[in-house]
Amino acid sequence: MTAPRRGGGFVRKATGKVRRASQSPDEDLWASVQMARHAERPYTLDYITRLCSDFEEVHGDRLYGDDAALVAGFGRYHDRPTAFIGQQKGRDTNERTFRNFGMAGPEGYRKAMRVMEIANRLGMPVVTLIDTPGAFPGASAEERGQGGAISRSIQMMWRLDVPTVAVVIGEGSSGGALGLGVADRVLMLENSTYAVISPEGASAILWRDASKARQAAQAFKPTAANCYRWGVVDAVVPEPEGGAHTDHDQAAGILDQYLFRTLTELGAIPASERRRARRERFRRLGPLRDPEGGIGMATGRETPPPG
Amino acid sequence: MSRVGRNIHVSVDRLRQLAHRDARPRKIKADAGTCPKCDSHFSADEMQRNLRVCTACGHHFPVSARERLEQLGAPGGYEEMWPDLRAADPLQFTDLKPYTERIAEAEKATGMSEAIVCADLEVRHAPAVAAVMDFAFMGGSMGAVVGEKFARACDRAAQRGVPLIVVAASGGARMQEGTLALMQMAKTVIALDSLAAAQVPVIVVLAHPTTGGVWASFASLGDVTYAEPGALIAFSGPRVIEETTREVLPADFGRAERQLENGQVDAVVDRRLLAERIGRVLHILRRPDDDGPTSTQAPALQWAQGGAQWMGDAVQALPRKVMDRIRPGSPDGEDAG
Ligand SMILES: [Zn+2]
Repeated sequence: MTAPRRGGGFVRKATGKVRRASQSPDEDLWASVQMARHAERPYTLDYITRLCSDFEEVHGDRLYGDDAALVAGFGRYHDRPTAFIGQQKGRDTNERTFRNFGMAGPEGYRKAMRVMEIANRLGMPVVTLIDTPGAFPGASAEERGQGGAISRSIQMMWRLDVPTVAVVIGEGSSGGALGLGVADRVLMLENSTYAVISPEGASAILWRDASKARQAAQAFKPTAANCYRWGVVDAVVPEPEGGAHTDHDQAAGILDQYLFRTLTELGAIPASERRRARRERFRRLGPLRDPEGGIGMATGRETPPPG
Repeated sequence: MSRVGRNIHVSVDRLRQLAHRDARPRKIKADAGTCPKCDSHFSADEMQRNLRVCTACGHHFPVSARERLEQLGAPGGYEEMWPDLRAADPLQFTDLKPYTERIAEAEKATGMSEAIVCADLEVRHAPAVAAVMDFAFMGGSMGAVVGEKFARACDRAAQRGVPLIVVAASGGARMQEGTLALMQMAKTVIALDSLAAAQVPVIVVLAHPTTGGVWASFASLGDVTYAEPGALIAFSGPRVIEETTREVLPADFGRAERQLENGQVDAVVDRRLLAERIGRVLHILRRPDDDGPTSTQAPALQWAQGGAQWMGDAVQALPRKVMDRIRPGSPDGEDAG
């Protein structure tokens, strides 16, 4: 019932790492959550500047303004034009405020869509780098259509004819992350997280107690290893020993290998087939009990993980 | 009524609202037939007849998915599609209670199997497929079953070549299904494109509340989007915004009337006019080659004849305050929302 997931040999190579990670105790899970948000962790622009020989950032959504929480532009990647889009966090207080902690508003997602449209028209692949605690929760963002901006970004990503790769590089939380996440292949860095909501948000809502973030993280288990098993991501990208923050160059180097290989592989698939597979990929996600169709529309290659 | 009279009326309403706000915890104990805005009381029968709208102040009470389907066009019943799909527990999730226990409780309390009900429907003789959410089932949250049923409803509408009617009422993605619940946003948005391929429209009705991942996916992608009066429509709820940004939000933040001003919805439609409004737009959007059951007569003409009579009756039945708002030239109701 489950079609084997595409992904090539590099996915299998990652499996060993995944197995090890999945057996790690809860302490390691929280450590992973912490590492995904480490202040020295490479951010979107750190990767883009290392991956591309040259990069032209664009600004503004041509409708209202520019959103510094989301960067987008065109890079020269392995001597090919490639669109790069990602949420950008800041390292010091000033920069964090300027980047709005990587929480994009509607202008950010509309800028992303503008770049996607150009990339599609000019036939260049789209790479998104996901690193956000969530889309910006603010009255102004709501007034200008935060919900519709995210849903339309999802819709546009699904409709693209060009190859698309999404990479979760840090914390990927809520619809703000998924707004850049609907791609042919979704990669995830070893110590990053991908969750329906940040642990703090979940703890406030589900436990009605903001201090239960640790417990929330353990309930969500949003690690790369688990996301791989659920079928949410297609490959786990290893990080340098000790985490990506210890060596930005090496982290970008490893990502480069995975990314280039994935794009090459996707480039060999006809556009119509790519879109069909993209649809199937997301359509399949979500285990449930169906008495007619047997147990579950299964997701990944294994049954859902035990606790 | 004189201007003075109106002003006094409004301020009394305000006071009542304020008094009630303070007493909010007691609301749980209050009878389900008591209006939280004006304290009017309705029997169960009256409630059903009024479509769960307060006849005194126009407050819209929540409606279950099943009752909504009956209101919209299936008073004689309908056949629910895919009622057997049940949630799995992929994370073996426990917050204050295990997820499986929460589901069992929700099933027992609502008599439903999930937070969405799908059925074939005819709204004022216009055939459609309906996907109706139910806030009473775990806050109308979207997990794998809601995502799958929604996707199947899209496919069915496309296959039958009829429009899809979506009634959203949801707090967002179902946290208890974790990252896989988030993925339902992508799944539902992609499924909507089945309709595009079949060239059939999707009509979205936003009931109170439509927030989070549901607003940020299919609910904000309607070709025509109606909101019920007073419905909260937002990606981030007011509490989250106030806590994160320390903004002080106006009382009507994210409410339907405000979102109409913001350009996020096409119209705020009183529930008592909703079926008629949907039926009308479906007739307008119907392509000439579609053979409907009413094709012996020009649909617009038929609607105009039938609708005029019905509208007249409906408007007569409206409370005074709603009438004030509808009448051209009258000042806007101050306490809308
Ligand atoms: Zn009332």
